[in-house]
Amino acid sequence: MNIDLFFQYIVAGLTYGTIYAVVAIGFNIIYNATGIINFAQGEFVMLGGMTAVTLHQILPLPLAILAAVIITMAVGALIEILFIRWLDRPSVLRMVIITIGISILIREASLHIWGEGVRALPYFTGSSETSIRLGGVFVSPQVLWVVGISAVMVILLNVFFTYTLPGRQMRACSANRDAARLCGINAKNMVTLSFVLSAGIGALGGSIVSPITYVQYDSGTQLAIKGFTVAILGGLGNSAAAVGAGMILGVLESFSIAVLPAAYKDVISIAILLLILFVRPSGIFGSSEAARLSEF
Amino acid sequence: MRPKHLQMIGFLGLVVAIQLVTRATDSAYHLTQLTMTAYYSLLVIGLCMLIGYAGQISLGHAGFFSIGGYIAAYLTTHDLSAHKGAAFVALFAKAGLLRTRPDLYGGDLLTVQPWAACLAALAVTAVVAYLVGGPVLKLRGHYLAMATLGFGIIIYRIVLGTTALGAADGISDVPGFSLLPGIEVSGNSSLRVMNYYIAWGLVAAGMVLLLNLIHSRVGRALASIHGAEDAADAMGIPTARYKLKTFVLSAVFAALAGVMLTHYNGGIGPSEASVMKSVRYVAIVAIGGMANLWGALFMSLGLNYLSLRGYFGTYDDAVFGGILIVIMLFAPDGLLRKQLLSDVRRLFAGRTAGGGA
Repeated sequence: MNIDLFFQYIVAGLTYGTIYAVVAIGFNIIYNATGIINFAQGEFVMLGGMTAVTLHQILPLPLAILAAVIITMAVGALIEILFIRWLDRPSVLRMVIITIGISILIREASLHIWGEGVRALPYFTGSSETSIRLGGVFVSPQVLWVVGISAVMVILLNVFFTYTLPGRQMRACSANRDAARLCGINAKNMVTLSFVLSAGIGALGGSIVSPITYVQYDSGTQLAIKGFTVAILGGLGNSAAAVGAGMILGVLESFSIAVLPAAYKDVISIAILLLILFVRPSGIFGSSEAARLSEF
Repeated sequence: MRPKHLQMIGFLGLVVAIQLVTRATDSAYHLTQLTMTAYYSLLVIGLCMLIGYAGQISLGHAGFFSIGGYIAAYLTTHDLSAHKGAAFVALFAKAGLLRTRPDLYGGDLLTVQPWAACLAALAVTAVVAYLVGGPVLKLRGHYLAMATLGFGIIIYRIVLGTTALGAADGISDVPGFSLLPGIEVSGNSSLRVMNYYIAWGLVAAGMVLLLNLIHSRVGRALASIHGAEDAADAMGIPTARYKLKTFVLSAVFAALAGVMLTHYNGGIGPSEASVMKSVRYVAIVAIGGMANLWGALFMSLGLNYLSLRGYFGTYDDAVFGGILIVIMLFAPDGLLRKQLLSDVRRLFAGRTAGGGA
């Protein structure tokens, strides 16, 4: 493998890694607010991409994406209010099964709305052939859009959790729910907000990445399991580490194609997941308890 | 006579009654789906043992089903003629593990005996389940669910991506499985009634085994694990060992179901390994009442049959997703459970029902 090809793999890996990190952050936000893993997280990404593609037929691109994000946020809120809000201290097993059920319903609804076809938004600038030369490496402008928008999103999230009132209330709830309620924070609304936020993040991620990866009614499951791998790799609840972990998984996967047939790409990432779960379930970036309490 | 025996006799009576009804109404074609239902039910009761009695969820049982099915299919269809000179072929042939049968084009196929293939499939599944189960069952909650889901997806990706296993087409032209001279598991329509009884007989045998297990020392140990694992541990019950044994047992049930259904259908495809299949099995166990083998069996009989006959149309998966949500929201202990009657009575007495909380 020559040096240019090496960097080409790195770029491909970082692109996919970014989207995995976005899914993982969605997992973490809900996990921090509720202590549950939302198995329907990948479906938010798919839903965002699909809705954006459909709306783009009548709306200009930025508006279509914005509308898709808002619609997916509304779906997230609806799901939380219908299925989760009124449960009294549900067991983990119960929440796992309910969110799996939700993911199936979203997927099946999408299948009936959009059919089995593969869809994608157009490239934001240029076309699929356009590329920018950075040194010896060719980079699609869409890759820069994906990385750029994701970076802005992570920074905005950080600002939200550090400086705004609802953000700080959410952090209070994840640190100590009972104490937060004693301080007058409506913990139930914070849970709804966490679903809205992670639905929005997922939808935005799904929209910006769809020109590269395409989107289909069943693309959510793959993303969910990889996002979860990344969330675990970084330590559940720790979103800053999730970004780093996303890059690691993306690059590993990208290089695995050089060694193994592409059909086994998912096998690699899931094998990594199992390995981490067996060996170091708290992630590679330190203890999960500490991570849970730290900054997002 | 003890109630345990009455239940079993009632079940066998139902199986016979269904066959007699299809015969009387000249609708024996229903038996095809009912036979397939039986094999899926075999998996479901094994999974019920794991989820309901050992308290461990598995979202990867379609994986074990496929390991069994694919090994049986591969070994009984893969032609070894090209390797006739090789030492291992000679050794297998000497041990009586191989047989020749004519292929479609008049040539001869040298393949592994179905019996040997079946035993190999079960053995491999048991070993895989043992190796995977060891570390996986140390996990709890989300981690356990995700790890088993991940295992299922790995198996799905492997069967989908491997050309030797037929990739997206799967393996077809799998021969019948002669259990004894004259008794054969195959999709041949003249053997339909016989296969119906073989399949449900196997389910009945599985039920007897599991019911006896539940009422044994092992069953009581599992109940204590389900109730409070730490307490069970403190009482000196080797919880890890019991969980692992149950996991392996339920995987072997799944693999046996896979082997038999593959011979019955004459083939297997990657969709049998899909995540949706695993979720569907969990849904059936949940609606059957979690720790209720008879409930799981009857729900499996009803739902699998309706699904295989196509009554759910294009909403097939959505129906199972919907069932999962509704059951977990309103009756997290499962629908068919012992307290059901008293709950309903309470509901009608105007007091708040405890089931939904």
